[in-house]
Amino acid sequence: MQKNEVKKSNGSNILSSLLKNQICIPLAALLLLLLFNLIMDPTFFRITLEHNSAGNPVLSGFLIRILDNGSELAILAIGMTLVTAASGGQDISVGAAIAIAGSVLLRILCGSNSRPETIQAPIIVGFLVSCVAAMLFGAFNGVLVAYLKIQPMVATLILYTAGRSIAAWVNNNELPIVNDKTFTYFGSFIPGIPIPTPFIIAVACMIIMALVLKFTNLRLYTQSVGINGSSSRLNGLNPEIIKVLSFVILGICVAVVGLIKVSRISSINYSVIAKDIEMDAILAVALGGNALSGGKFNMAASIIGAYVIQCLTTTLYKFKVQSDALPAYKAVVVIILVVSSAPVVREWFSSMWKKLKLKEVG
Amino acid sequence: MKKKLLSVILSATMVAALVTGCGGGGSDAQTSAPAADNTTTDAPAADTTADAPAADTTTDAPAADNAGSGELITVGIINNDPNESGYRTANDKDLKATFTEENGYSASFAYSNDNDEQITAAQKFIQDGVDYLLLSAAGTAGWDSTLQDAQDAGVRVILFDRVIDADESFYEASIVSDMAQEGQTAVDWLESQGLDEYNIIHIQGLMGTAAQIGRSGALDDAAASKGWNIVSQQTAEWNAENAQQIVQSVIDSGESFNVIYAENDDMAKGAVAALDNANISHGVGQDVIIMGFDCNQWALQELLDQNWNYDGQCNPFQSSYIDQIIKTIEGGGTIAEKTIIMDEKGFDATEITADDVATYGI
Repeated sequence: MQKNEVKKSNGSNILSSLLKNQICIPLAALLLLLLFNLIMDPTFFRITLEHNSAGNPVLSGFLIRILDNGSELAILAIGMTLVTAASGGQDISVGAAIAIAGSVLLRILCGSNSRPETIQAPIIVGFLVSCVAAMLFGAFNGVLVAYLKIQPMVATLILYTAGRSIAAWVNNNELPIVNDKTFTYFGSFIPGIPIPTPFIIAVACMIIMALVLKFTNLRLYTQSVGINGSSSRLNGLNPEIIKVLSFVILGICVAVVGLIKVSRISSINYSVIAKDIEMDAILAVALGGNALSGGKFNMAASIIGAYVIQCLTTTLYKFKVQSDALPAYKAVVVIILVVSSAPVVREWFSSMWKKLKLKEVG
Repeated sequence: MKKKLLSVILSATMVAALVTGCGGGGSDAQTSAPAADNTTTDAPAADTTADAPAADTTTDAPAADNAGSGELITVGIINNDPNESGYRTANDKDLKATFTEENGYSASFAYSNDNDEQITAAQKFIQDGVDYLLLSAAGTAGWDSTLQDAQDAGVRVILFDRVIDADESFYEASIVSDMAQEGQTAVDWLESQGLDEYNIIHIQGLMGTAAQIGRSGALDDAAASKGWNIVSQQTAEWNAENAQQIVQSVIDSGESFNVIYAENDDMAKGAVAALDNANISHGVGQDVIIMGFDCNQWALQELLDQNWNYDGQCNPFQSSYIDQIIKTIEGGGTIAEKTIIMDEKGFDATEITADDVATYGI
């Protein structure tokens, strides 16, 4: 796309090619939301350096909150984009899988006693074990989808239904609480670094993913499997493996999000942790202008889509929208965003733009 | 030909209905085998424990129980999923501790958050001929015919925790929490603090739940009548992270507040995390008053540590009330008041003791 732009950089075509560029859709949505906030209340953009109760410097302000709270969704959007592209469907079990990953993590950290004075194992060990657990569950979903050819949404429905019970079972229905200062850093701030840790983790995930996409064939393989599985098989790819791989990568993302979520409150509540996050993750992929039927994908657009959703949530909180009306407001904005990012509508917009140009020239 | 087939099918279903009807409902049927089972040998055994019109209340297993020990009262307990919350876990534990063989009970349990599954379980218990059916219904509607069956079969029904839309004559008693009273106790406590001004952040539970309606109602009324200022009133859907975001958003907008009224402990915890990040002091004698509900053990510990100010109890320990009612009925007494509202306390951080934490923490 960028090459296209360079080629046609003779002024009039820039905007129409921009309109065609996938990433401009979530970007436009983000700018729109920010513009709305700028008009309504410019203090939205104020960022201040303060100190938290432990005396460490922290950045504070609405924009920081968006980066902070939107990071989990952004990390999930990475994995969800891959799954969507490869399998042509979505994983609706990520919320339940986060509950499992978080529960496993706490189980390792707390041992058999649910309220220990000190943690029983290094955090890294707990995280790695929860990673393995989440990857196994991801592989389970992947096998159902790839080898048994079950619709992704139906296959992941199993874990969606059972996941939170499994999470509770991992800890014998106890609600463990971690009493460790270091553990809270993942969900808040590392002393001395005023940037929210979740955002740092999210950026690290993005960089790793970008490197993987740049230096391996993952993007090419995923897209070709998503576009046409049988023809990619004829070209020597194994579509099943690629699909399972995408679910396993989503599993890693789930484990990372589980770590952040659990760290935020140093505890877990199986029934509400990461509730409905799967829908937001799918929405982020859709807002990014990716086809939910698989094939080509744009990772950056999905990630920006995730931050758009958080920006919307934060905006609604800021304007103190009435609780009972909150979902309705959210729905209205989402409808506008999704409709305007639909290929048909975009096509229509760009053709309108061309006509306008022609008239001007005439 | 078609007609003949139809009539054959029709008569077949009628016969089937007759047979299952007799076996299931155990009504005063005339012919078939299952009915004969019910009306003969077991009946006297059943009479010894349940002074109901008991001719067909028992099938073989409970009757044998009764004959064996002579005394055990059979109860079928239908509850919600114990994983649902700390409240439910404590509730289930309490029931299991009370309805034991040592206390003269033979209890069977069924769990579901789904009304239809609960109804199926209830019908099974009625078929098994339990003496008492203890019910915490997932939904309020749809119980009429099941309760009618229970009444016909001489099974006594006691509701706990949740009320249902059914005529009072269908059940012996209903043991519930008065959520509005819980809210009122909390609001009275808040008023007794005699603050110069009340600027309250009100974090609501999942909209439409009994707990949310009761606890919000009391604060809304008080705010309207006493001129308290509600700085922000939003739902966090029982979720700690959402509560954290709501409080952060108020802090970022620079508004001042001195009370956080969270409708459960998890949300209060999330709110406190936001305060800690912004270096705002909270607890006894500090800038912000923290109020929570449900009396989780860790929350009461926060009270004991003076980090929070108030926690309202939502009593999950109904079993002693139920036990008393059953004893009264067995002793030939009558229940004066069908709706029994449990005692529920509100804990003040300045008065709470370590014993309270151990006794009332769930």
